[in-house]
Amino acid sequence: MKDAILRTLRFLGLGFLEPVVRLAAGEDSKKNTIEILKKIVAPIASILLFLGVWYTGSKSLFNTEANYTIEKARKEQGQVEADKVKACIESGDLSCQPNTLPSPSQVWASYKLLLKDHNTITADKKAFKLRTAALNEKRVAQGKEPIVYTGRPSFVDQIKTSIKTVFAGFLLALLIATPIGIIIGLSETLRTSFNWLIQILKPVSPVVWLLLVFMIVKTMTKDATGDTSFIISFISVGLCSMWATLVNTAMGVSSVDKDYINVAKVLKLGALQKIFKVILPASLPLIFTGLRITLSVAWMVLIAIELLAQSPGLGSFVWEEFQNGANDSNSKIIVAMFVIGFIGFLLDRIMLTIQKFISFDKNEGI
Amino acid sequence: MAYLELNNVSKTFGTGDSTSHVLDKINLHIEEGEFVAIVGFTGSGKTTLVNLINGLDTPTSGEVLFKGKPVRDTSHERGVIFQNYSLLPWLTVYQNVEMAVKEAFPNETKAFRDARIKEYVDLVSLSPAINKRPKELSGGMRQRVSVARALSMDPEMILMDEPLGALDALTRGNLQDEILNIWNKNKRTALLITNDVDEGLYMADRIIPLRPGPNATLGPEFKIDIERPRDKAALNDSEEYKKTRNALIEYLMDIGSERASNTQNLYKLPDLQPKDLRWDF
Repeated sequence: MKDAILRTLRFLGLGFLEPVVRLAAGEDSKKNTIEILKKIVAPIASILLFLGVWYTGSKSLFNTEANYTIEKARKEQGQVEADKVKACIESGDLSCQPNTLPSPSQVWASYKLLLKDHNTITADKKAFKLRTAALNEKRVAQGKEPIVYTGRPSFVDQIKTSIKTVFAGFLLALLIATPIGIIIGLSETLRTSFNWLIQILKPVSPVVWLLLVFMIVKTMTKDATGDTSFIISFISVGLCSMWATLVNTAMGVSSVDKDYINVAKVLKLGALQKIFKVILPASLPLIFTGLRITLSVAWMVLIAIELLAQSPGLGSFVWEEFQNGANDSNSKIIVAMFVIGFIGFLLDRIMLTIQKFISFDKNEGI
Repeated sequence: MAYLELNNVSKTFGTGDSTSHVLDKINLHIEEGEFVAIVGFTGSGKTTLVNLINGLDTPTSGEVLFKGKPVRDTSHERGVIFQNYSLLPWLTVYQNVEMAVKEAFPNETKAFRDARIKEYVDLVSLSPAINKRPKELSGGMRQRVSVARALSMDPEMILMDEPLGALDALTRGNLQDEILNIWNKNKRTALLITNDVDEGLYMADRIIPLRPGPNATLGPEFKIDIERPRDKAALNDSEEYKKTRNALIEYLMDIGSERASNTQNLYKLPDLQPKDLRWDF
């Protein structure tokens, strides 16, 4: 039972909970308590420290901004107006709060607000669906397009869109980069002939990729009626992020242990057999490292690309909030920042787990 | 005409100034059913020699003839047991052997292959570990898998490149017996490359020392006229064994000291001074 739990925890990347399980099972209490202090209490303390620094920082920024506003009012409009502004700021009225780095509590409030907003919108959508169900049936029967909900997407919807885009981009990168990487890795001639292209294209900024994809997709989808921003953003994400996989796959395939190649030769494996039975399994660890980098790069550039391409998602959420300049915009941006970071972390964890599952230790055979 | 023939085989690597002459005018003749051992120091070109015979490499000059035909490529007729086992770590014992069997018997039924794989795994007494991966096996067990893999292809000749070099003395002894048993059963031709004189004496019909490279050549052969099956314990008392062993060791010692004296060249060292890496302001 205990071992099963430990194995599951380790598999899920929650290995830090191990001492808790062990302590609960009644094992060596002193050692496990120290482990708990090290692995659980210390990280929590660091989070509290972070929140503390953030709180003090935002407080002092708030004061600076507030004093500046009051001083400005005094200079331009006199003492009476300055007192009014000061009173307004102190009363906590939203209309006159200084616009600066939000405090942790403000961010938390925004987070809850965003969730509430999401629930409202979901309810709204459901109601809309019910209302239009009969009508839509009729329209479909008549061969017309059904009416769809066109209201504003909620924060959670934005997250979903972003994840959808990143996976589409990642899939594209996977489908392009792995086969090309394998082919390039197998042939030294191809490797040397395409090296310049890869080396030049690899460092190109996501923004430029976006523009390039825009140029091409715009022309290619001239007749399409739907929204092309999704296509543009996921293709750009894929193109930006595929290089790590491409380079790693090519390297993995070209640097397979000579012993394995000798085995393939001595057993006289055919070309396909050799690739699928020996070379690919042997280079899988490196290919997966590449894919892991690709996914994290994809997530990172996605935000920038959405921001520029005006395609829905977290990136455009951030940009809209910034343009919006409303009172809680700043704290919403910070919420988005944490969500982005957390999802990126989760994606990396997922890849790491798959990698652990698939790979083998390079020295196991020898 | 001999079963395996090496005529004036030389092998060099590199070109120009960096050319290294590894093997020089090697002549070797092995008859069918014979067990020949080649002993040599580490770095004397043993692995290069074996690669020329199994077809992983081609000689710079001279020819390697197997059954009268020049060796140009690897072949199922010559099974190889590598020094470092070279098992595929992502496959189980069964799958590692299966890979060889599938290639050697592409037209046979699945049942036949399955039986064959199990037979050979059993032959090296690894049946209990048949579904394990190489990392779960000890060094000796891994080498046994390698033996099973090489033999399951039913090669006419077995090439062994220091197969037991990485094993401890006890495991080594056991595996020597196992290999001899298998060899005895269907009298395949065998070539053993080793750095262990006793191993060669115990296993082979003939021992040929490899004079160390560069320009490695084969020395005079030593015939071992001791009846099989040989008993390791009794071997030490056999006059014939002692005589051959002494002669062989004497020969190897001579080459060794010759090599040591040869390498006492005075190397001209480049005039290098440590560079001052501190920042100079």
